[in-house]
Amino acid sequence: MKGPAAWLSWLLTLLPLAPTAAAQGDARRSGLEFMTPALQALQRDDTQNPAALWLKDGEQRFSTACNACHTPQDLRGVAARYPAFDSVLGKPVTLTQRFNLCRQRHAKAVPWAAESSELLGLAAYVGSLSRSMPIAPPADPRLAPFQAQGQRLYAQRIGQLDLSCAQCHDSQAGGRLAGSTIPQAHPTGYPIYRLEWQAMGSLQRRLRNCMSGVRAEPYAFGADEFTALELYLMQRAAGMPMDTPAVRP
Amino acid sequence: MALSLINAPARVARGQVFEIRASVAHTMESGQRADSEGRLLARDIIRRVECRYGGELVFAADLFPAVAANPYLAFHTVAVASGPISVRWLGDNGFEHSASVAIEVT
Repeated sequence: MKGPAAWLSWLLTLLPLAPTAAAQGDARRSGLEFMTPALQALQRDDTQNPAALWLKDGEQRFSTACNACHTPQDLRGVAARYPAFDSVLGKPVTLTQRFNLCRQRHAKAVPWAAESSELLGLAAYVGSLSRSMPIAPPADPRLAPFQAQGQRLYAQRIGQLDLSCAQCHDSQAGGRLAGSTIPQAHPTGYPIYRLEWQAMGSLQRRLRNCMSGVRAEPYAFGADEFTALELYLMQRAAGMPMDTPAVRP
Repeated sequence: MALSLINAPARVARGQVFEIRASVAHTMESGQRADSEGRLLARDIIRRVECRYGGELVFAADLFPAVAANPYLAFHTVAVASGPISVRWLGDNGFEHSASVAIEVT
Protein backbone atom coordinates (compact mmCIF):
# COMPACT_ATOMS: atom_id res chain seq x y z
CA MET A 1 0.00 0.00 0.00
CA LYS A 2 2.97 2.28 0.60
CA GLY A 3 4.20 2.03 -2.96
CA PRO A 4 1.33 3.72 -4.84
CA ALA A 5 1.05 6.49 -2.22
CA ALA A 6 4.73 7.34 -2.49
CA TRP A 7 4.46 7.24 -6.28
CA LEU A 8 1.48 9.62 -6.15
CA SER A 9 3.18 12.14 -3.86
CA TRP A 10 6.24 12.04 -6.10
CA LEU A 11 3.99 12.76 -9.08
CA LEU A 12 2.33 15.67 -7.25
CA THR A 13 5.69 17.32 -6.59
CA LEU A 14 6.31 17.24 -10.33
CA LEU A 15 3.03 18.85 -11.33
CA PRO A 16 3.87 22.55 -10.84
CA LEU A 17 7.14 22.05 -12.75
CA ALA A 18 5.76 20.18 -15.73
CA PRO A 19 5.44 22.44 -18.79
CA THR A 20 2.06 20.94 -19.67
CA ALA A 21 0.67 21.67 -16.21
CA ALA A 22 -0.63 25.06 -17.30
CA ALA A 23 -2.43 23.57 -20.30
CA GLN A 24 -3.88 20.75 -18.21
CA GLY A 25 -4.89 23.20 -15.51
CA ASP A 26 -6.80 25.27 -18.06
CA ALA A 27 -10.40 24.54 -17.14
CA ARG A 28 -11.75 26.36 -20.21
CA ARG A 29 -13.70 24.18 -22.63
CA SER A 30 -15.15 25.07 -26.01
CA GLY A 31 -18.86 24.44 -26.49
CA LEU A 32 -17.73 21.68 -28.87
CA GLU A 33 -16.61 19.55 -25.92
CA PHE A 34 -20.02 19.77 -24.24
CA MET A 35 -21.77 18.20 -27.27
CA THR A 36 -22.53 14.55 -27.94
CA PRO A 37 -20.01 12.60 -30.08
CA ALA A 38 -22.56 12.54 -32.94
CA LEU A 39 -22.84 16.34 -32.98
CA GLN A 40 -19.07 16.73 -32.72
CA ALA A 41 -18.73 14.47 -35.76
CA LEU A 42 -21.31 16.59 -37.60
CA GLN A 43 -19.22 19.70 -36.98
CA ARG A 44 -15.85 18.14 -37.76
CA ASP A 45 -16.80 16.58 -41.10
CA ASP A 46 -17.04 19.34 -43.70
CA THR A 47 -19.14 17.14 -45.96
CA GLN A 48 -21.75 16.76 -43.20
CA ASN A 49 -21.57 20.14 -41.45
CA PRO A 50 -24.73 22.03 -42.47
CA ALA A 51 -22.77 25.31 -42.17
CA ALA A 52 -20.98 24.21 -45.37
CA LEU A 53 -23.92 25.61 -47.34
CA TRP A 54 -23.14 29.12 -46.00
CA LEU A 55 -19.40 28.49 -46.20
CA LYS A 56 -19.59 27.77 -49.92
CA ASP A 57 -21.77 30.85 -50.44
CA GLY A 58 -19.23 32.97 -48.52
CA GLU A 59 -16.31 31.57 -50.50
CA GLN A 60 -18.02 32.47 -53.77
CA ARG A 61 -18.89 35.94 -52.49
CA PHE A 62 -15.32 36.48 -51.31
CA SER A 63 -14.00 35.62 -54.76
CA THR A 64 -16.23 38.24 -56.38
CA ALA A 65 -16.64 40.99 -53.75
CA CYS A 66 -13.31 40.93 -51.87
CA ASN A 67 -10.73 39.50 -54.25
CA ALA A 68 -9.70 42.89 -55.65
CA CYS A 69 -7.91 43.76 -52.39
CA HIS A 70 -7.70 40.58 -50.26
CA THR A 71 -6.43 37.04 -50.68
CA PRO A 72 -7.49 34.14 -48.43
CA GLN A 73 -3.84 33.92 -47.24
CA ASP A 74 -3.93 37.56 -46.03
CA LEU A 75 -7.02 36.88 -43.98
CA ARG A 76 -5.70 33.85 -42.11
CA GLY A 77 -5.98 34.54 -38.38
CA VAL A 78 -7.98 37.76 -38.84
CA ALA A 79 -11.18 36.36 -37.33
CA ALA A 80 -9.18 35.34 -34.24
CA ARG A 81 -8.16 38.98 -33.68
CA TYR A 82 -11.55 40.69 -33.88
CA PRO A 83 -13.21 42.91 -32.58
CA ALA A 84 -10.54 45.51 -33.38
CA PHE A 85 -10.33 49.27 -32.99
CA ASP A 86 -11.44 51.46 -35.90
CA SER A 87 -9.67 54.80 -35.67
CA VAL A 88 -12.18 56.60 -37.94
CA LEU A 89 -15.17 55.64 -35.79
CA GLY A 90 -13.12 55.87 -32.59
CA LYS A 91 -14.54 52.61 -31.27
CA PRO A 92 -14.08 48.86 -31.68
CA VAL A 93 -15.89 47.07 -34.50
CA THR A 94 -16.77 43.40 -34.97
CA LEU A 95 -15.67 41.37 -37.98
CA THR A 96 -19.03 41.69 -39.73
CA GLN A 97 -19.10 45.45 -39.03
CA ARG A 98 -15.66 45.57 -40.63
CA PHE A 99 -17.03 43.81 -43.74
CA ASN A 100 -19.74 46.44 -44.05
CA LEU A 101 -17.32 49.34 -43.40
CA CYS A 102 -15.07 47.90 -46.09
CA ARG A 103 -18.01 47.75 -48.47
CA GLN A 104 -19.04 51.35 -47.74
CA ARG A 105 -15.57 52.93 -47.68
CA HIS A 106 -13.77 51.07 -50.45
CA ALA A 107 -16.32 49.31 -52.62
CA LYS A 108 -18.88 52.15 -52.38
CA ALA A 109 -21.54 49.50 -51.91
CA VAL A 110 -24.62 49.22 -49.71
CA PRO A 111 -23.95 47.46 -46.38
CA TRP A 112 -25.50 44.04 -45.88
CA ALA A 113 -28.26 43.65 -43.28
CA ALA A 114 -27.51 42.04 -39.91
CA GLU A 115 -27.99 38.24 -40.04
CA SER A 116 -28.29 38.30 -43.85
CA SER A 117 -27.05 35.22 -45.66
CA GLU A 118 -24.41 37.42 -47.35
CA LEU A 119 -22.91 38.53 -44.04
CA LEU A 120 -23.19 35.13 -42.34
CA GLY A 121 -21.68 33.34 -45.33
CA LEU A 122 -18.73 35.71 -45.55
CA ALA A 123 -18.20 35.58 -41.76
CA ALA A 124 -18.28 31.77 -41.89
CA TYR A 125 -15.74 31.72 -44.73
CA VAL A 126 -13.35 34.32 -43.24
CA GLY A 127 -13.76 32.60 -39.85
CA SER A 128 -12.89 29.24 -41.39
CA LEU A 129 -9.57 30.73 -42.58
CA SER A 130 -8.62 31.00 -38.88
CA ARG A 131 -9.75 27.47 -38.02
CA SER A 132 -7.68 25.84 -35.22
CA MET A 133 -5.68 29.06 -34.75
CA PRO A 134 -5.62 30.44 -31.18
CA ILE A 135 -7.91 33.35 -30.35
CA ALA A 136 -5.54 36.33 -30.12
CA PRO A 137 -7.16 39.64 -29.10
CA PRO A 138 -4.96 42.58 -30.18
CA ALA A 139 -2.86 44.25 -27.47
CA ASP A 140 -4.33 47.65 -28.32
CA PRO A 141 -4.60 49.96 -25.28
CA ARG A 142 -7.52 51.80 -26.95
CA LEU A 143 -9.59 48.60 -26.53
CA ALA A 144 -9.10 48.43 -22.75
CA PRO A 145 -12.05 50.63 -21.68
CA PHE A 146 -14.39 48.69 -23.99
CA GLN A 147 -13.14 45.35 -22.65
CA ALA A 148 -13.77 46.63 -19.13
CA GLN A 149 -17.28 47.66 -20.18
CA GLY A 150 -17.83 44.16 -21.60
CA GLN A 151 -16.66 42.60 -18.36
CA ARG A 152 -19.10 44.77 -16.40
CA LEU A 153 -21.96 43.79 -18.73
CA TYR A 154 -21.03 40.13 -18.32
CA ALA A 155 -21.36 40.40 -14.55
CA GLN A 156 -24.43 42.67 -14.55
CA ARG A 157 -27.75 41.15 -13.47
CA ILE A 158 -30.44 41.76 -16.09
CA GLY A 159 -34.05 40.94 -16.87
CA GLN A 160 -36.99 39.75 -14.83
CA LEU A 161 -35.02 36.66 -13.82
CA ASP A 162 -32.30 39.00 -12.52
CA LEU A 163 -29.43 36.89 -13.84
CA SER A 164 -26.03 37.84 -15.20
CA CYS A 165 -24.05 35.95 -17.86
CA ALA A 166 -21.54 34.99 -15.15
CA GLN A 167 -24.13 33.38 -12.90
CA CYS A 168 -24.81 30.66 -15.48
CA HIS A 169 -21.68 30.50 -17.60
CA ASP A 170 -19.07 30.86 -14.81
CA SER A 171 -20.83 29.47 -11.73
CA GLN A 172 -23.08 26.81 -13.32
CA ALA A 173 -21.10 25.84 -16.44
CA GLY A 174 -21.24 22.10 -17.07
CA GLY A 175 -24.57 21.90 -15.23
CA ARG A 176 -27.99 21.61 -16.81
CA LEU A 177 -30.65 24.12 -17.73
CA ALA A 178 -33.63 21.84 -18.26
CA GLY A 179 -32.40 19.38 -20.91
CA SER A 180 -29.48 21.49 -22.11
CA THR A 181 -25.91 21.56 -20.88
CA ILE A 182 -24.73 25.02 -19.83
CA PRO A 183 -21.50 25.71 -21.70
CA GLN A 184 -18.75 28.10 -20.63
CA ALA A 185 -19.69 30.71 -23.23
CA HIS A 186 -16.48 30.83 -25.23
CA PRO A 187 -17.13 32.31 -28.70
CA THR A 188 -14.79 29.93 -30.53
CA GLY A 189 -16.97 28.94 -33.46
CA TYR A 190 -19.13 31.88 -34.58
CA PRO A 191 -21.05 32.21 -36.78
CA ILE A 192 -22.62 28.87 -35.79
CA TYR A 193 -25.16 26.53 -37.34
CA ARG A 194 -27.58 26.10 -34.45
CA LEU A 195 -29.85 23.09 -34.68
CA GLU A 196 -32.53 24.89 -32.68
CA TRP A 197 -32.55 27.69 -35.27
CA GLN A 198 -32.16 25.27 -38.19
CA ALA A 199 -29.98 28.01 -39.61
CA MET A 200 -26.77 29.94 -39.27
CA GLY A 201 -26.55 32.81 -36.79
CA SER A 202 -24.07 35.26 -35.32
CA LEU A 203 -22.79 35.66 -31.77
CA GLN A 204 -25.15 38.63 -31.40
CA ARG A 205 -28.14 36.46 -32.28
CA ARG A 206 -26.99 34.00 -29.62
CA LEU A 207 -26.54 36.76 -27.04
CA ARG A 208 -29.99 38.14 -27.86
CA ASN A 209 -31.39 34.62 -27.25
CA CYS A 210 -29.79 34.51 -23.81
CA MET A 211 -31.07 38.02 -23.02
CA SER A 212 -34.66 37.21 -23.94
CA GLY A 213 -34.20 33.94 -22.02
CA VAL A 214 -33.69 35.88 -18.79
CA ARG A 215 -36.54 38.16 -19.91
CA ALA A 216 -34.41 41.21 -20.52
CA GLU A 217 -34.89 43.44 -23.54
CA PRO A 218 -32.14 42.45 -25.97
CA TYR A 219 -29.85 45.14 -27.42
CA ALA A 220 -30.35 45.82 -31.12
CA PHE A 221 -28.12 44.07 -33.66
CA GLY A 222 -24.90 46.04 -33.99
CA ALA A 223 -25.23 47.72 -30.57
CA ASP A 224 -21.98 48.91 -28.99
CA GLU A 225 -22.83 46.85 -25.87
CA PHE A 226 -22.59 43.67 -27.97
CA THR A 227 -19.19 44.72 -29.34
CA ALA A 228 -17.98 45.35 -25.77
CA LEU A 229 -19.29 41.95 -24.64
CA GLU A 230 -17.65 40.24 -27.61
CA LEU A 231 -14.35 41.98 -26.80
CA TYR A 232 -14.52 40.67 -23.24
CA LEU A 233 -15.56 37.15 -24.34
CA MET A 234 -12.69 36.96 -26.85
CA GLN A 235 -10.27 38.11 -24.15
CA ARG A 236 -11.71 35.47 -21.82
CA ALA A 237 -11.22 32.81 -24.52
CA ALA A 238 -7.74 34.03 -25.58
CA GLY A 239 -5.54 31.13 -26.67
CA MET A 240 -8.41 28.72 -27.32
CA PRO A 241 -8.52 27.34 -30.87
CA MET A 242 -11.12 28.68 -33.32
CA ASP A 243 -13.57 26.11 -34.70
CA THR A 244 -15.63 28.26 -37.08
CA PRO A 245 -18.12 27.38 -38.52
CA ALA A 246 -19.34 25.41 -35.52
CA VAL A 247 -22.49 23.34 -34.99
CA ARG A 248 -24.32 23.83 -31.71
CA PRO A 249 -27.49 22.19 -30.37
CA MET B 1 -30.39 31.37 -51.92
CA ALA B 2 -31.00 28.16 -53.82
CA LEU B 3 -27.68 26.70 -52.94
CA SER B 4 -26.78 23.05 -52.77
CA LEU B 5 -23.80 20.84 -52.15
CA ILE B 6 -22.88 17.48 -53.62
CA ASN B 7 -19.98 15.56 -52.16
CA ALA B 8 -18.75 12.60 -54.17
CA PRO B 9 -15.21 11.30 -54.69
CA ALA B 10 -13.52 12.83 -57.77
CA ARG B 11 -12.07 9.42 -58.73
CA VAL B 12 -13.45 5.94 -58.12
CA ALA B 13 -12.30 2.48 -59.30
CA ARG B 14 -14.73 0.71 -61.63
CA GLY B 15 -17.10 -1.60 -59.77
CA GLN B 16 -16.51 0.09 -56.44
CA VAL B 17 -19.41 1.22 -54.24
CA PHE B 18 -19.11 4.90 -53.32
CA GLU B 19 -21.07 7.39 -51.26
CA ILE B 20 -22.79 10.54 -52.48
CA ARG B 21 -23.74 13.24 -49.95
CA ALA B 22 -26.16 15.95 -51.03
CA SER B 23 -27.65 18.89 -49.19
CA VAL B 24 -29.68 21.95 -50.14
CA ALA B 25 -30.47 25.25 -48.42
CA HIS B 26 -34.23 25.23 -47.85
CA THR B 27 -36.45 26.30 -44.93
CA MET B 28 -38.70 23.19 -45.10
CA GLU B 29 -41.60 25.13 -43.58
CA SER B 30 -43.87 22.36 -42.33
CA GLY B 31 -47.24 24.14 -42.63
CA GLN B 32 -47.92 23.41 -38.95
CA ARG B 33 -46.30 26.51 -37.45
CA ALA B 34 -47.85 29.90 -36.77
CA ASP B 35 -46.22 33.32 -37.06
CA SER B 36 -46.13 35.91 -34.27
CA GLU B 37 -49.69 37.00 -35.19
CA GLY B 38 -51.03 33.47 -34.88
CA ARG B 39 -51.50 32.99 -38.63
CA LEU B 40 -50.60 29.58 -39.99
CA LEU B 41 -47.47 29.65 -42.15
CA ALA B 42 -48.11 28.02 -45.50
CA ARG B 43 -46.32 24.77 -46.17
CA ASP B 44 -43.17 25.19 -48.23
CA ILE B 45 -41.14 21.99 -48.45
CA ILE B 46 -39.04 20.02 -50.88
CA ARG B 47 -41.09 17.04 -51.96
CA ARG B 48 -38.81 15.10 -54.25
CA VAL B 49 -35.10 14.46 -54.67
CA GLU B 50 -33.66 12.65 -57.66
CA CYS B 51 -30.08 11.69 -58.37
CA ARG B 52 -28.97 10.72 -61.84
CA TYR B 53 -25.62 9.17 -62.66
CA GLY B 54 -24.75 9.44 -66.33
CA GLY B 55 -28.42 10.24 -67.01
CA GLU B 56 -29.74 7.13 -65.25
CA LEU B 57 -31.82 7.44 -62.08
CA VAL B 58 -29.83 5.85 -59.24
CA PHE B 59 -31.60 7.33 -56.19
CA ALA B 60 -34.86 9.11 -55.47
CA ALA B 61 -36.68 10.08 -52.31
CA ASP B 62 -39.96 11.72 -51.34
CA LEU B 63 -39.63 14.22 -48.50
CA PHE B 64 -42.36 15.13 -46.03
CA PRO B 65 -43.04 17.99 -43.57
CA ALA B 66 -41.17 16.28 -40.71
CA VAL B 67 -37.83 16.69 -42.50
CA ALA B 68 -35.69 19.45 -40.92
CA ALA B 69 -34.50 22.56 -42.74
CA ASN B 70 -31.56 22.23 -45.11
CA PRO B 71 -32.09 18.53 -45.92
CA TYR B 72 -29.02 16.30 -46.09
CA LEU B 73 -29.08 12.90 -47.76
CA ALA B 74 -26.32 10.31 -48.12
CA PHE B 75 -26.61 7.26 -50.34
CA HIS B 76 -24.46 4.80 -52.29
CA THR B 77 -24.11 3.67 -55.88
CA VAL B 78 -21.70 1.57 -57.95
CA ALA B 79 -19.08 3.16 -60.20
CA VAL B 80 -19.72 2.05 -63.77
CA ALA B 81 -18.40 4.82 -66.01
CA SER B 82 -17.07 8.39 -65.85
CA GLY B 83 -19.82 10.94 -66.05
CA PRO B 84 -21.87 13.56 -64.29
CA ILE B 85 -23.77 12.96 -61.06
CA SER B 86 -26.68 15.36 -60.93
CA VAL B 87 -29.06 15.95 -58.05
CA ARG B 88 -32.41 17.62 -58.61
CA TRP B 89 -34.58 19.01 -55.82
CA LEU B 90 -38.28 19.71 -56.46
CA GLY B 91 -40.71 21.32 -54.06
CA ASP B 92 -43.68 23.52 -53.25
CA ASN B 93 -44.18 26.90 -54.93
CA GLY B 94 -42.41 25.70 -58.03
CA PHE B 95 -39.09 25.18 -56.25
CA GLU B 96 -36.63 23.49 -58.56
CA HIS B 97 -32.89 23.33 -58.16
CA SER B 98 -30.32 21.04 -59.70
CA ALA B 99 -26.56 20.76 -59.52
CA SER B 100 -24.02 18.26 -60.74
CA VAL B 101 -20.46 17.09 -60.18
CA ALA B 102 -18.27 15.00 -62.43
CA ILE B 103 -16.64 11.75 -61.33
CA GLU B 104 -13.86 9.90 -63.07
CA VAL B 105 -14.02 6.12 -63.08
CA THR B 106 -10.65 4.42 -63.48
